[in-house]
Amino acid sequence: MIKTPIYIDHAATTPLCPEALEAMSPYFTQIFGNPNSQHVFGRESVKAVDEARDKIAKFIGCKPNELYFTSGGSEADNWALKGIAHAYKEKGKHIIISPIEHAAMLSTAKVLTKEGFEVEYMKVDDEGFIDLDHLSSIMRKDTILVGCMLANNEVGTIEPIKRMAQIAHEFGAFAFTDAVQAAGVLDINVTELGVDLMSMSAHKIYGPKGVGALYVRNGVKINNLISGGHQERTKRGGTTNVPGIVGFAKAFEIAMAEREANFNYVSSLRDRFINRILSEMKYVKLNGPKDLTKRLPANADFSFEFIEGESILFSLDLAGIAVSSGSACSSGSLEPSHVLLSLGVPEELAHGSIRFSFGKHNTIEEVDYTVEQIKSAVEKLRAMSPLFNAKGEIKNV
Amino acid sequence: MYNEKVIEVFRNPKNVGEIENPDGIGTVGNASCGDIMQITLRIENDIITDAKFKTFGCTAAIATSSTATEMVKGMTIEEALKVTNKKVVEVLGGLPSQKLHCSVLAEEAIKKAIEDYKSKKQG
Repeated sequence: MIKTPIYIDHAATTPLCPEALEAMSPYFTQIFGNPNSQHVFGRESVKAVDEARDKIAKFIGCKPNELYFTSGGSEADNWALKGIAHAYKEKGKHIIISPIEHAAMLSTAKVLTKEGFEVEYMKVDDEGFIDLDHLSSIMRKDTILVGCMLANNEVGTIEPIKRMAQIAHEFGAFAFTDAVQAAGVLDINVTELGVDLMSMSAHKIYGPKGVGALYVRNGVKINNLISGGHQERTKRGGTTNVPGIVGFAKAFEIAMAEREANFNYVSSLRDRFINRILSEMKYVKLNGPKDLTKRLPANADFSFEFIEGESILFSLDLAGIAVSSGSACSSGSLEPSHVLLSLGVPEELAHGSIRFSFGKHNTIEEVDYTVEQIKSAVEKLRAMSPLFNAKGEIKNV
Repeated sequence: MYNEKVIEVFRNPKNVGEIENPDGIGTVGNASCGDIMQITLRIENDIITDAKFKTFGCTAAIATSSTATEMVKGMTIEEALKVTNKKVVEVLGGLPSQKLHCSVLAEEAIKKAIEDYKSKKQG
């Protein structure tokens, strides 16, 4: 008998790795000093934060003073967008992002639009790849920032960020990438990518929640998002989250040490999963890149025709399998996934979408159990669907 | 977030299917909004003797479809017209607030099926 619940939602968050927990532990009770304090307690905390910063900087190929710790990916996204917009508004008010960004980006873009900035969206194709020709065609001399996720959180598309950055630079704009899903999974070097800003988060790579970072290349001006004291070289107020930062660095270290092994293992589980679903089930569409090497190793996203995603999610939940859905009914909004709609997925298919994101602790047995549970849940729900008749034929309503 | 009763009804829904040559049929919602509900009724002497549903929708939509069809069986059409989504939700012991709108379809589908019956009778 397989042990449930089974977690297949690693793009939402991951469990803290024991190494990170152990590394963090002394910084709650023993080495609790505020790094801003001038005494021995403060100095010990400063040392821990400096070491963490040095480590992460090395992993992404930047200088330690180009890395700023934040409360997570959303703050880093908000900061990059607002901070650059406000610092360079005299130069221009034109910003380009993709339509398949995280809500942290899209919501911030809306705020900036209200402030008088002009936000334009580059086109994406049906697999979620940004259209670089379209990007070139909408670049202007008053474009100040171009931004896109390095790898999409929903459909896993790995974007051509290096080319995007080159195009941005040709027009004198800065290039930003949200690497929340990619850092620690793909081999990332900010110099190689050519980006000027990059956001990251700890809890997606078996680190703690509530901590992330923004890389800002030296020479790039950025206004503060959070005003405060002298933390983060006066660029980000708020008492430093010492245990979180220590845990982030440790989790990153483990992720980098295990990177190739995890990449190969997780993608082998994912590939088996996708191949079984596509060969054993009818009326199922894989969303995102068909070439599996062009998507995040953990990601699989399917639309199950004629049924609604929240009821699939809940059926799987009852069977002890944790996944997430792009249906409106699971998100609490009225609209289904903006990512799938941007890829041209019809609304009814977007409502029937489920994202599976595997992790290093998943097993082949769990993959196979999940496939069987999906087959029976989908069959049961289709039997109830007015779009599907008893003979299993498609019906028009 | 769903209570035990809703989960039980979702696990073992009653009256799934379609009555052949129904006396009344009501289909509401659309696929692009993420929910469609179809209710078919067998009505004899203005009394609902059988009700079945087919639903494309979330857990709450499926649970309310099952419950609403159970409730109207044996009712006169006048009684059935008074079945509101609020009453269906009460029988289910409540739904999460963001799911209340999913229960509206059940009321609408029953009303539409009864209207269909009435118009057929007149016609």
